Amino acid sequence: MATTRILEWCGRFYIVLLLGFLYLPIIIMAAMSFNASPFYQLPFEWTTDWYASLWQNDQLIAATWNSIEIAVITTLISTVLGSMASLALYRYEFRGKKFLQALLFPPIAIPWLITGTAMLIFFFGVGIGRGLIAILLGHVALALPYVIVVVSARLQTFAPELEEAARSLGANQWQVTMRVTLPWIMPGVIAGGLFAFAVSFDQFVVSYFLSTPGQTTLPVEIYAAIRKGFTPEINAVSTIIIVVSMALMLLTARFFKFGGEK
Amino acid sequence: MADQLAIGSRSGLKPALPLLLPAYLWLTVAIFLPLSAMVFFSFMTDLPLAGKEWAFTLGNYAAFFSQSLYSTLLFASLRLGLEVTLWCVVIGYPAAYVLAKVLKGRSREAIFLLVILPFWSNGLVRIFSWAMVLREGGILDTALNAVLPFKINIDLMYSYPAVIIGLVHSYVPYMVLTCYLTLQAIDDSLIEAGRSLGASRRQVLRRVIIPLSMPGLIAGAALIFVPVVGSFMEPRILGGRTGTFYGTVIEDQLVAVFNWPLGAALSFILLAVVLIILALAAPVLRRAG
Repeated sequence: MATTRILEWCGRFYIVLLLGFLYLPIIIMAAMSFNASPFYQLPFEWTTDWYASLWQNDQLIAATWNSIEIAVITTLISTVLGSMASLALYRYEFRGKKFLQALLFPPIAIPWLITGTAMLIFFFGVGIGRGLIAILLGHVALALPYVIVVVSARLQTFAPELEEAARSLGANQWQVTMRVTLPWIMPGVIAGGLFAFAVSFDQFVVSYFLSTPGQTTLPVEIYAAIRKGFTPEINAVSTIIIVVSMALMLLTARFFKFGGEK
Repeated sequence: MADQLAIGSRSGLKPALPLLLPAYLWLTVAIFLPLSAMVFFSFMTDLPLAGKEWAFTLGNYAAFFSQSLYSTLLFASLRLGLEVTLWCVVIGYPAAYVLAKVLKGRSREAIFLLVILPFWSNGLVRIFSWAMVLREGGILDTALNAVLPFKINIDLMYSYPAVIIGLVHSYVPYMVLTCYLTLQAIDDSLIEAGRSLGASRRQVLRRVIIPLSMPGLIAGAALIFVPVVGSFMEPRILGGRTGTFYGTVIEDQLVAVFNWPLGAALSFILLAVVLIILALAAPVLRRAG
């Protein structure tokens, strides 16, 4: 069994290499946000100036607020609408249900480039135009399928007898939903909400097509800055974004098992 | 409640409708109508806005077929998608195997989380971090010159390999995730049975493990291939002038040239190609599942 052990250690070593590949650029990017040289020159000199100057950058701050606002509103709307739809898909049997479930996949599967292009053209055509409202419309639509899939997965573990029992004890439909079903699926709803927040907060492609100079989100603003030539200020914002996104992800993982094991 | 079924689920679209309608209306307005509108606009000479003259035309599609530039770029994008997908299989599958079959308990959980954590961070930011590493005088250049006794110049920035590296970095967690889920479902006793019946490690891998994990491989490949074919931000940032692909041309038509009907036609052609590829993959996936 000696070969097996050697192979296992090779496997562990390989995982470490992969983690290095995945994290090295991110760590370097974050480290450079604390480096004094505006041209990313080494040796490393510690500074927090770039974070301070970020604070003065009104354009970036406005874009950040837009991003947060849109992500929060997207989360609220898509979680409520998505949970309602999942509940209906779980509770009722009707013709065309399979079709409705299949309709959730195009928004996930079609490249965002195509969805974004289509939204830009359509919103312009019907007079919604570009801007924050258009971005919000798009983000909710992108987040909804994720919420429905996650909440439905949680509903699969729900025992319908519980609803029956509550109903036979005299609870009406609203009471059954709020007191029995909702508490049970809450972890799924929260995970779905965090998914929705991440989809919106990290969304670049669709926001890019739908934004106008005054009304943009943070990723769009970063893209513009990168193409103009980058400065450590972008590293500083990027570091903040990465920390926020990863914290959210860890939160999601707490509510929702990704590993698929109990 | 006479309409109640024994299992507790009830029939009829009527009671379900108020719960379903808001979500599906939203999807219709923001996804399905736009996609239909895109098809419609792709047959126009100009957008019907502000009283502009327009007519129906096949010219936008004719442009795709008459100018070899577009089809060349579409093939370049398909090739890019294929290469990135292959690299993700080569790098991601072994990692998924180690995660599913070698590591156990808490260390597996922790490392699994570490692997999929980056792909929850902003894709744009990750591509930007590679720009830090790959450019001349960047981290890779400085680090290698500090270690190696001779002077070398590493300037991968604005090259095809840079685009590949950035995209593989962005998408490899998908492959690890999907392969892990199928590999984990393989019963260990199947592998042991194969070994005890005299199969070599390689035979077990080829005859048992790879066939059983095929759905994960295909799902991962689809999840990677489709967005990579439509990518434009990664080639722009890491590829510079060599980073012209089909996606960047669509971006140009919409934000720089403002030829939206042509952009719509190019988008629709991409969508059709992607759907055909997914349709080809679907039966394989179903059979494997």
